[in-house]
Amino acid sequence: MNSFEIHALKQRTKDIIFQVTAIVGLLFAVTVLLLLLINVFQDGWGRLSWQFISSYPSRKPESAGIIAGLAGSFFMVSLAALLSVPVGIGAAIYLEEYGKKNRLGKFIEINTANLAGVPSIVYGLLGLGLFVRWFQLDRSILAGSLTMSLLIMPVIIIATREAIKAVPQGIREASYAVGATKWQTIWHHLLPISFPTILTGIILAVSRAIGETAPLITIGALTYVTFLPKNITSEFTILPIQIFNWVSRPQQAFHENAAAAIIVLIAFTLLLNSVAIILRNKFSR
Amino acid sequence: MNMRQMPALETRNLNLHYGTNHALKNISLGISENFVVALIGPSGCGKSTYLRLFNRMNDMIDGVKIDGDVLFNGKDIYKSNLRVEHVRKKIGMVFQKPNPFPKTIFENVAYGLKVNGVSNKKFIEETVEKSLKQAALWEEVKDTLKKSALALSGGQQQRLCIARALAVEPSVLLMDEPASALDPLSSSKIEELIYELKKKYTILIVTHNMQQAARVSDKTAFFYLGQLIEYDDTKQIFINPKEERTQNYITGRFG
Repeated sequence: MNSFEIHALKQRTKDIIFQVTAIVGLLFAVTVLLLLLINVFQDGWGRLSWQFISSYPSRKPESAGIIAGLAGSFFMVSLAALLSVPVGIGAAIYLEEYGKKNRLGKFIEINTANLAGVPSIVYGLLGLGLFVRWFQLDRSILAGSLTMSLLIMPVIIIATREAIKAVPQGIREASYAVGATKWQTIWHHLLPISFPTILTGIILAVSRAIGETAPLITIGALTYVTFLPKNITSEFTILPIQIFNWVSRPQQAFHENAAAAIIVLIAFTLLLNSVAIILRNKFSR
Repeated sequence: MNMRQMPALETRNLNLHYGTNHALKNISLGISENFVVALIGPSGCGKSTYLRLFNRMNDMIDGVKIDGDVLFNGKDIYKSNLRVEHVRKKIGMVFQKPNPFPKTIFENVAYGLKVNGVSNKKFIEETVEKSLKQAALWEEVKDTLKKSALALSGGQQQRLCIARALAVEPSVLLMDEPASALDPLSSSKIEELIYELKKKYTILIVTHNMQQAARVSDKTAFFYLGQLIEYDDTKQIFINPKEERTQNYITGRFG
């Protein structure tokens, strides 16, 4: 064997080692997830029924249901998305296309990234002080949605900025060169081209909002709600809080309820994600 | 050439800084209507920056500072009340890399009309056809106007970009190495096109290809380290340059 062949063999060995490491990592992640799912399904599958989905919570585990939490989660997340998506995309467009890339811009960029990493309980405290107490929105869906929209806005801003940044400079130049204004360039080219990536960011943000519990506990979303939210000032609960509540009960039957509610929560998340993925594939030719 | 005639494009004592980098140094140059002027010089000499002055493409770069006059038909495009969109409509540009929009061929050419408020469908269709014919692309794409422009070859894409620039009826065309990313055949098609277009348009072309500069242009400007070294009839520049640096550059001794 000459030195070239030895070198090639060494490189191939490294290649194989890396491949095996990667596969082991993947298997570990998937196995943990699968075990978790199997565990939840074993506990909760039997409890899952239309009665469970359509009933309000109850002292008796067998007649309790999740309709209040499901409706609350749905309205809270929809409203939060409605509030944060336009503002987030608008902010990202401003920062990328209009704002100067000076020290202030850099400062804002770093801090947006920081905000995306702030623990959610901190947003809950902010929501409690600002929306619940100062704006006197009490424990309403609106207060919850506003808090949640603050939480997910940095994620949307960052995703949108990256998406807009990824549009080739040539497209901008081509558009400006025939006399288009900045807004025309953004509207006709930057947004359509970056739309699929922005949508991915929104999916991530909304998925996070569905699962978040801490900030809404902080602002006082209730655990025992026997009505559907009538409007944005209604009190409400959300699915994760319902689950949290059931898990903390001593009775085994409530734990089964919690497992069943987790299945619904996962299905809810998957449903939202798949809708977004279908939309994304439709738009990115 | 009539000396009293106002140049279509002109800069007077023009200085441009990128931050602390003095990229263009005191450039005074006039370009007459329906002339083809080639800008030549080694990379980084400022010729592309100079070209981009005329449709204010440098505005997009932070930290650019411009002193002096940049005149289009006698009006300063930076200091007068000319809207930047209007300037860019009248002074079209073709870029080094073909940059069609990821839209249909038709939409690419019609875009300039659309953003300038034209909504008459018949007029748009006629203009698209006329522009594609002017860009010598019509015969190749007339049956596939609804197909994506990205499916065209590089040379076709570049002619599409020329058609897109022509559709808004500019009077000047700025071309930044329009053939450098193309194969020799496509490149010679673009050159033929420039020859046709000079009947109607004033053309400013940046090129690294000396033969191309010699073939297509009436006048040539040689830039070096941000300075305009020599500006004269193309024949003069290539046969009998006054400056030694010009001579050295065009004979390939540096650059």
